[in-house]
Order: sequence, then C-alpha cells, then structure tokens
Amino acid sequence: MRLWKSKTSRQNLITLAMVTVAFAVLFFLNEGKVLSRSFSGQLVPICVYIVMALSLNLTVGILGELSLGHAGFMSVGAFTGVVAVAYLQQYITSPVPLMLVAMLIGGIMAGIAGFLIGIPVLRLRGDYLAIVTLAFGEIIRNILECLYVELDGGALRFSMFGSADVGGNFIISGPQGASVPSKLSTFGLGIGLVLFALIVIMNIVHSKEGRAVKAIRDNAIAAESVGLNLTSYKMKAFVTSAILAGMAGVLFAMNYSTVEAKKFNFNTSISVLVMVVLGGMGNLRGSIIAAALLTVLPELLRGFDDYRMLIYAIVLILVMLLNANARVKQIKLACSQKLRSLFSRKEASK
Amino acid sequence: MALLSNFINGLGLGSIYAIIALGYTMVYGIAKMLNFAHGDVIMVGAYVSFVSIASLGTPPLLALVMAMAVCTILGVVIERLAYRPLRASASLAVLITAIGVSYLLQNAALLIWTSNTKVYPSIVSFAPLHLFDGKLTITGEMLISVLTCIVIMVGLTLFTGKTKTGKAMRAVSENRDAAELMGISVNRTIAITFAIGSALAAVAGVLFCSTYPVLNPTVGSIPGIKAFTAAVLGGIGSIPGTLVGGLLLGIIEIFGRAYISQELSNAIVFAVLIIILLVKPNGLLGKKVNEKV
Repeated sequence: MRLWKSKTSRQNLITLAMVTVAFAVLFFLNEGKVLSRSFSGQLVPICVYIVMALSLNLTVGILGELSLGHAGFMSVGAFTGVVAVAYLQQYITSPVPLMLVAMLIGGIMAGIAGFLIGIPVLRLRGDYLAIVTLAFGEIIRNILECLYVELDGGALRFSMFGSADVGGNFIISGPQGASVPSKLSTFGLGIGLVLFALIVIMNIVHSKEGRAVKAIRDNAIAAESVGLNLTSYKMKAFVTSAILAGMAGVLFAMNYSTVEAKKFNFNTSISVLVMVVLGGMGNLRGSIIAAALLTVLPELLRGFDDYRMLIYAIVLILVMLLNANARVKQIKLACSQKLRSLFSRKEASK
Repeated sequence: MALLSNFINGLGLGSIYAIIALGYTMVYGIAKMLNFAHGDVIMVGAYVSFVSIASLGTPPLLALVMAMAVCTILGVVIERLAYRPLRASASLAVLITAIGVSYLLQNAALLIWTSNTKVYPSIVSFAPLHLFDGKLTITGEMLISVLTCIVIMVGLTLFTGKTKTGKAMRAVSENRDAAELMGISVNRTIAITFAIGSALAAVAGVLFCSTYPVLNPTVGSIPGIKAFTAAVLGGIGSIPGTLVGGLLLGIIEIFGRAYISQELSNAIVFAVLIIILLVKPNGLLGKKVNEKV
C-alpha cells in the first residue's frame, strides 16, 4: 500500500480510522440504549466541539495566529442555519438534505464573515491580532442580540431592535435568540461533519497551500522573501477555518429548541482554544481527543455537583503545569521511545 | 449640559478602566503574558470589601485596605503557583493556565458567596455635587474614581522612573536575560509586578462596584475584557498609553450608549478599537518594534 508507506498519510489514516471506529461503537451503544441519557445528549455537542477545535487548530496551530473570537463564526453559522431551515423547510421536506443545505449556507455565511474580518485582522500581529479577533467575536454577538428576523407568509423580514413587527412568525428575536423549527441534528450528521472537516484540513495541510501556511507560521519574513503572498495564504486558512466553524454552528443550533447569541460568547471561544492547546497545536488527533474529553468532563463530574467547574479549573491548571514539568517530560519521552521500539522495526534502522 | 455630564461619566468609567488596564499592561510589559485572571482578581477585591463592610461593619477605607491586602497576596500566590513554573513555556500555555485560574477564582467565588447578585454599598459617603443650578450632577464616585486614577498614575510613573525596584522592572521588561546578568532578580521583580497589579485591581473593583452597585462572581469579566481592550488601545506596555486608552474607552462607551444605541454600546467600543488598531497597529502610544531578520 502506497498510502501506508508515507508517515503523514499513515498518521492521517489512523486518525480517520479512530473517528470511524469511535463513531461505530458509540452509535451501536446509543442504539442499544446502553448509554445514559445525559451522555447520549452529549453526542452531538461532542461532534460540534471537535469540528470547532479542528477548525480553530487550522488558525492557531497551523497558521500560528491566536484567535479569540472563534465562537463568533459559530454563531453566524448557527443563526444563518436556523433562518435557512425555517425558510427552506417549505421546499425541502426530508431532514438530511435540508440539514446539508443549511450547513452549506451557514458555512458560506460564516466564510463571508471570516473574509470581511480577515481583511483588517490579518494585517496585525501577535497579541494585537488576538484582541481584534476577540473584539470581532463580541461585535458579532452584540449585533446578533439586536437582530430580529421574522417569516411573514414565505418571505423573510430582517430588522434591528425589532422595530418592524408585521405580525409574522419570529425566527430570531433579539436577546431571546432564535427558535429552532425542528431538531434536525443527529449523531450521524455530526460524525459526517467531523470526517469532512478532518479530510478538508488534512488535505490543506499536505497541499501547496498548507506548506506555504506553515512556512509563514515558522518565519513570516523568510516566507515572504521567497515570494509567498502572506495575506492571500493567511486569508485562505482563516476563511476555511471560519467556514468549518459556521457549519459546526448549524449543527449546534439544530440540536436545541432555542439558541441565544450569548451562548457564543468569549468563554465559548476560550474553551475551544483550551481544547486546541491541550490537544497540541497543529495536532489534529490531539484536538479531537481533547475536544471530546473536555466536552464530556463537566458531565462526568456531575456527581461532584457544585464543585465540578472548580475541579475542571484545577484539572486544567494541573495539566498545563504537568505538561511543562521537566520530570514529566522525561517520563513521557522515555515511554514514547519504549513504545516506538516495541512497534516499529523500520525506524530503528533509520 | 447633557454632553458635559456624559463626558464626566465617561471620564469616571474610563478612570476605572485605566486602573484595571494598568494591571494588564504592567504584567504584559514585564512578564510578557496576558493575565486573563486579572478581571477575576477585581471580583475578589470587590467581594472582600463587600464582606468587610456588610458583615464586619468596618469603615470603607479599612475595607479598601483589606481588599488590597487580600488581592496582593492572591496575585503573588497565583504567580508563584501557576505562572512561575511555566516561565520557560510557550506563551499560549501560560495563557491557558491564566484562563484556568480565572475559572478557578470565579467558581470558588460561586461556592463561597453563591451566585445571588448582591447590592454593593458605595464606599463614597459624600453627596453628589450639583453645578449650574442642578443641571450638572457629578457623583462622588465619579470624582473619587478620577482622583484615584490620577494619584495612581502619578505614583506609578514616579515609582517606575525613580526607585530602584521600578528601574529593575523597566530593565526586566526591556530585556529579561540582560537584566538577570546585571544582578536583578527576575522572579522577585515579576512577583512585585503582580502584587502591584493585583492591589490596583482591588481598588478598581471597589470603585467599579461603588459606581455600578451589583456584585456577582462574574462581575469582573466584562470590565476585565474592556480594560484589556483599553490597554491595547493605548499601546500595551505603556503607562501613559493605558491612561489615554482607558479614558478614551470610557468616554466612547458612555457616548455610544447615550447617542447611538444602548444595545450596541459594546459593539461600538470594539469597532473603535479595530479602527484605531488599523491606523496605529501598536496602539496610540505603543512603541513600534522593528523586526530584525
């Protein structure tokens, strides 16, 4: 097998296989009613956060720019998706194609938002870029909190502050958020989106664009001096990341009966960032594992009741501290070397 | 007259932002890290003073001193336990740890003081000033905020400019390795920075809650983010920049609320930030750093 020989494709195939197997196991456990109710309710959010973490990893890990407003793109996708479903359900009746179209539209809108935001943001550097993404995230949330959309006899009517009430059905009503027409998200769709995001990002990373983006991350000046167009490559990565986040937003919104703009605040952006950093920057498999674990963790800690968020915080700090600890690093290195010598014959001869 | 009164309210709010932003700026300038837990230190300061006034019945000034003492110790302990072990790590690792500390403080406060919103008694006891036949009212809180801000700014400028410790701070912020070679204890300097920043956070917490008298475990996060924005606006790392950024942000926020839209005030603040950063990518008074190849 040619694919198996290259180390990166082998790693990618392992990641894809891992997701597929995890899906199959969880799917049958869920069908067989083995999973507890609270856990099976977490299946779609897990997929959503995995896609969020993967897409943010493209910006933070692979492009190397700290983004603190990723939830903003998610909310653009979510609200667009809700409007799209409410409007299109009169034309498309079967749920799966309707969801796919909604995700496409949500992704495109988030991509447009990403492009518009990218124009000013990608000119800045480092912490200044981070604060501007934070600012955009808050601006998007603030605007969505004032947005009213009503469906009036098959036509959509947009207004700010709800000034133009014509007696139609409100789909989005400002701070009260969007009322979702029907719960369309399923675990299957979620895993489909995870696989889609994985394949898109893997292909980008191993393409000409991906190599250019990584070159820019490692040394922007050197990359520019060999003729790479920094803004164009950065923009491609940023917009792709926004599109994927928008699609995850649609999936997220369609899992609840109402979605409020305040759900997509700074804290959501931060918790996705935590997933990316804990999983390892630029490491897709790490993002998946970290996103799944961190989404389930508060649920697992439910037994501790009031203390669970406190424990979550302590776990987070301890993991970061242990990660940096020299002795822990040594043990980790020794373990991975031992594992490698057990499994591979080839690398030893290299 | 409404214009003037809004302007004064803006100055008052801006002064509080500036005091909070100082904590961000100093820590950023010296330890090169974004201390996201700073907003929650504000909250702790506000709660400590609240408990001291409401339960122990201490006079407001003593409550303020207690809040400052608790926050100073808290800041130094956080730095020692959570940030110092990560001194050599990537800046993102420190950022995530800071977020962890922020969650920790918020949830600890939630457990200790519950999520019930409390009404904060103002520490300012004198009556508001009425000028121009009562057309213009300046509340005591506004006056105290502006005065405190001026005192702190002057004090810090003198401290960093004249004293030995202050000079050590500037040296560490300029070049940590060179400072260490000159015999400056980097760890001690960073600890002092955290102590000062956290004490200022306590002052800001007391002033903020006196002006806007609600108190809950997440009270610090929004002013924290705004103050961070103010620090960036003025040029992060620069003390006069922080003052300018803080005042500007406060005035923009109050004016945006009064004249454009109550609901969109946050969006306006952040939009101004983006426009300013596009014109001046290092903030208003930030130093331009030339990149060497």
